[in-house]
Amino acid sequence: MSEHHGPAKGIKRWLFATNHKDIGTMYLWFSFAMFFVGGFFAMVIRAELFQPGLQLVDPQFFNQMTTMHGLVMVFGAIMPAFVGLANWMIPMMIGAPDMALPRMNNLSFWLLPVAVTLLISTFFMEGGAPAFGWTFYAPLSTTYAPPSTTFFIFAVHILGASSIMGSINILATIINLRAPGMTYMKMPMFVWTWAITAFLLIAAMPVLAGAVTMMLMDIHFGTSFFSAAGGGDPVLFQHVFWFFGHPEVYIIILPAFGVISEIIPTFSRKPLFGYSSMVYATASIAFLSFIVWAHHMYTTGMPLAGELYFMYATMLIAIPTGVKVFNWIATMFGGALTFEAPMLFSVATVFLFSLGGFTGLMLAIAPIDFAYQESYFVVAHFHYTMVAGAIFSMTAAVYYWLPKWTGRMYNETLAKTQFWIAFVGFNLTFFPQHFVGLAGMPRRTPDYALQFADFNMMSSIGSFIYGFAQLFLLYIIIQTIRSGKENADEKTWEGANGLEWTLASPAPFHTFSTPPTVK
Amino acid sequence: MQEKKPEKSTTKTIPYLIVLVVAMFGFGFLLVPLYDVLCDLAGINGKVDLVAYEKDSDVIVSDRTVNIQFISLNNNGMPWIFKPMHTSVKAHPGQDYNTSFYASNPTEKAMTAQAVPSITPGYAAKYFHKIECFCFDQQELEAGKEEEMGLRFVVDAEIPDSIHTITLTYTLFDVTADESVASLN
Amino acid sequence: MYLRINWLMKQTFRLAGFLLVYLSPSAWAKPGDRWEMNLSPGVTELGQEVYDLHMIILWICVAIAVVVFGIMGYVLVAHRKSSGRTPATFDESTKVEIAWTIVPTLILIAMVVPATQTMIKIYDTSEADLDIMITGYQWKWKYEYIDKEGGENFSYMSIMSTPQAQIDNLEPKGENYLLEVDEPLVIPVNKKARFLLTAADVIHAWWVPALSVKKDAIPGFVNEAWTLPTEIGTYRGQCAELCGKDHGFMPIVVNVVSEEDYAVWLASKKNASKVDLSVKSKDELMASGQSLYEKNCAACHMANGAGIPGVFPALKDSPIALGDVNEHINIVVNGTPGTAMAAYGAQLKPDVLAAIITYERNAWGNATGDSVQASDITNFNQ
Repeated sequence: MSEHHGPAKGIKRWLFATNHKDIGTMYLWFSFAMFFVGGFFAMVIRAELFQPGLQLVDPQFFNQMTTMHGLVMVFGAIMPAFVGLANWMIPMMIGAPDMALPRMNNLSFWLLPVAVTLLISTFFMEGGAPAFGWTFYAPLSTTYAPPSTTFFIFAVHILGASSIMGSINILATIINLRAPGMTYMKMPMFVWTWAITAFLLIAAMPVLAGAVTMMLMDIHFGTSFFSAAGGGDPVLFQHVFWFFGHPEVYIIILPAFGVISEIIPTFSRKPLFGYSSMVYATASIAFLSFIVWAHHMYTTGMPLAGELYFMYATMLIAIPTGVKVFNWIATMFGGALTFEAPMLFSVATVFLFSLGGFTGLMLAIAPIDFAYQESYFVVAHFHYTMVAGAIFSMTAAVYYWLPKWTGRMYNETLAKTQFWIAFVGFNLTFFPQHFVGLAGMPRRTPDYALQFADFNMMSSIGSFIYGFAQLFLLYIIIQTIRSGKENADEKTWEGANGLEWTLASPAPFHTFSTPPTVK
Repeated sequence: MQEKKPEKSTTKTIPYLIVLVVAMFGFGFLLVPLYDVLCDLAGINGKVDLVAYEKDSDVIVSDRTVNIQFISLNNNGMPWIFKPMHTSVKAHPGQDYNTSFYASNPTEKAMTAQAVPSITPGYAAKYFHKIECFCFDQQELEAGKEEEMGLRFVVDAEIPDSIHTITLTYTLFDVTADESVASLN
Repeated sequence: MYLRINWLMKQTFRLAGFLLVYLSPSAWAKPGDRWEMNLSPGVTELGQEVYDLHMIILWICVAIAVVVFGIMGYVLVAHRKSSGRTPATFDESTKVEIAWTIVPTLILIAMVVPATQTMIKIYDTSEADLDIMITGYQWKWKYEYIDKEGGENFSYMSIMSTPQAQIDNLEPKGENYLLEVDEPLVIPVNKKARFLLTAADVIHAWWVPALSVKKDAIPGFVNEAWTLPTEIGTYRGQCAELCGKDHGFMPIVVNVVSEEDYAVWLASKKNASKVDLSVKSKDELMASGQSLYEKNCAACHMANGAGIPGVFPALKDSPIALGDVNEHINIVVNGTPGTAMAAYGAQLKPDVLAAIITYERNAWGNATGDSVQASDITNFNQ
């Protein structure tokens, strides 16, 4: 995007990119593209669920849609989006010249299109794409899976390798390339949350790699990790999967917390409240995420003691999460607030993520989870945390830093309009899902009983509105890049703080050739 | 010049992180035996040892009986006829009992089966001991043949008073070497 | 995937009607109907307890939300820059931070106590009056009544009875669309029923909200659950764990009946498991075969016999349906190992199998002219 001296010309600039901003840009566009792919799958799902009966797709294809929607959104959209953000912002925030390992950075990006192509190509294989849900429980994903599962396993392996390399790079950068005076406890919150996220990734992704490797061996080499016939256990799969899967949800949400912690102080014109407690809260959430995994498995028949342990441990997460929410509100308290688009999205994140947190607390309580488990209540819960947590804060980040990236200001009126469309669409989609879930509608079904018809139609209409809001976002971004008002101001936002705002807008191709000194 | 120093420390950081990655990949596989140990300790899913139990006491609690129910189930695609010869036994804790399951192979080819036991309630699993069981080994039956497969068990004398009924379910899986897989290799 | 203009038109009208209904206050009333938006206590004491716990936690969450969002809302309005404020500069307060760590901890401890008590009750499967083994299959349930006195158990399959035409929008949908089966589970009122849950292929989960039961059915392992319904009635549920293509089409129906009715039902059910070995004409076999095929086989092989390419093989023009009849019987009775093709000899009676095989060999242009009799199946089994 920046047209200064330095970058190579044409396609080579991108193919052989080693500059953190170029790679960050590619990550962001790639994840945005995947967001539309996953979003398209969601639209197919909601169109089919618009009313009872089968209208558009057959049940097998519907299952492929739900599976691929989850996989593409988690591994193709949300995770790369935050890696892209980390690539762009971390060197600028800690006063580094670039990422620590630029060539590995290139590789970890270019693995992504390979993996996703592999994943999407399964649609065109005999038997179709994986149709066993993004959690791919054995034996549905082993003995009873379509032949394309092998390609799915390789895709997951490549995605995992990409994430691990990205995380190693981020950690190496944060540990080694901080500007003089940038001590750990002076790092911006976004950098802190990413440092902890990178640790989670390095610890969790290899376990996922192990799980899919075991699947591969069960399918092709006659082992019985997950088959009772050979002394294995299908429930073991769930334990291994969720040992990865629960940290994974914090991998998704912690960078989002980091973004919020950058934006709210800026538009409150007041420093972040409780910086050190924020760091400790993030670290304890990360630690707890490794010891609560089986709360996804209350109905699998764990012994009573296991149920109780996982219930107590899970409830503990509410405490550090609460601390974070309280800190954000305390940051706003006594400030001088303005509500530009990044702030609107951030406040909405705090509000909506908290709702997801409340339902999360309800789901943590084992005896009532028996009533919620695998119902639409769960779907509503995790979309309130994933979409309102990760996607809303990502949108906030895009509006917040776009002027720094492009040197151009977006249109505030359009952006605020986009916010309200997204906010209404999101809530219309997912709030009614709490109701149908409590009333007894199971998730992952292509059709439903008549009593759920009205709320589902509401949900579908909401999802179309929310989908439109994302097309609108794409338009606003393109319009900003092509014809947005020039933004030469280094600081852009009145209340902004941090090293990235000391750089010219747009940010120069090479960030800090001479490290800045942090007081 | 100032880039030299960070480069050096970076090369120090990377090996630690790579070791962590490899260790966690290994840990994923370590979860398999770890899970089995935990299952043994806690009786998760009523998993039971697939090795013979050796009695270490001769105490028989003759004033108490525990109802042992036997249930058979064929996994999908398993054509054998498979049934308990007795659907229940009233057992005194500490005393040995013999029972058996009937199996016949109605197909036109020799087949191998594995019976997978599961005990409910799960916490009762550690009080139910198999001295001999057909589930310890794979069972082979020629085409059209039938067999009575034996089970010798004892209920632990230490079994808590709260347990009145133990249900032992065997699911029969077809583990005949798959020709399509064999030809692939 | 295809879109039809008239379908879109219909939706537009439906949407308009929906908005009218939505805006009228009368639509918001009546529990149990299409506007139901909460858990139901169901018909068991345990369900009532779970419901009460749910409501307690919900109201605690609402109370916290009102306080927290109340403060947040106040800040958003009162501390705007446009009100001419200079921002404060404080960024910590140890007292406040300790308070908002300790208060939530205390609230959580308060929640844990009733939650633990209820949890222990859910796990108390002892002292049951009857034991029923529930086995999940792709995509149906088997119920096996375990004889407590050591006699023969009896079992039957329970399959969704909603016609495909309703699902395909060719016929109007019935009242219990997708929540109706051919043979419901029957249990007596005021008796504690213990369910033993397992599966024969993939993981399923047996879920009947009104009976407060949800538990995974896992192949090779047996889980336990229980219920003690206090009201006679018909209660409906569904499979709650993704189990493949027709996960959404394997409902559960439980009839809770009086003890007398239960005894009558039990006796008649035990007698009904006799096999009809009489010789039938090809037309009779074809007629009964078609409905039996659609009920038992069409989920995979499809009603038109075309299967799903790459997933489930076609029967139309297939070498098996047109080839040696004994090989055909063999596959249906004994299944194909390592695939989704089950051994139906263990699931269906010989007279049913005979009709289905006859139908498969003569439908969709498969003109073998064969008619298979129930005795062919029983002979084959010997």
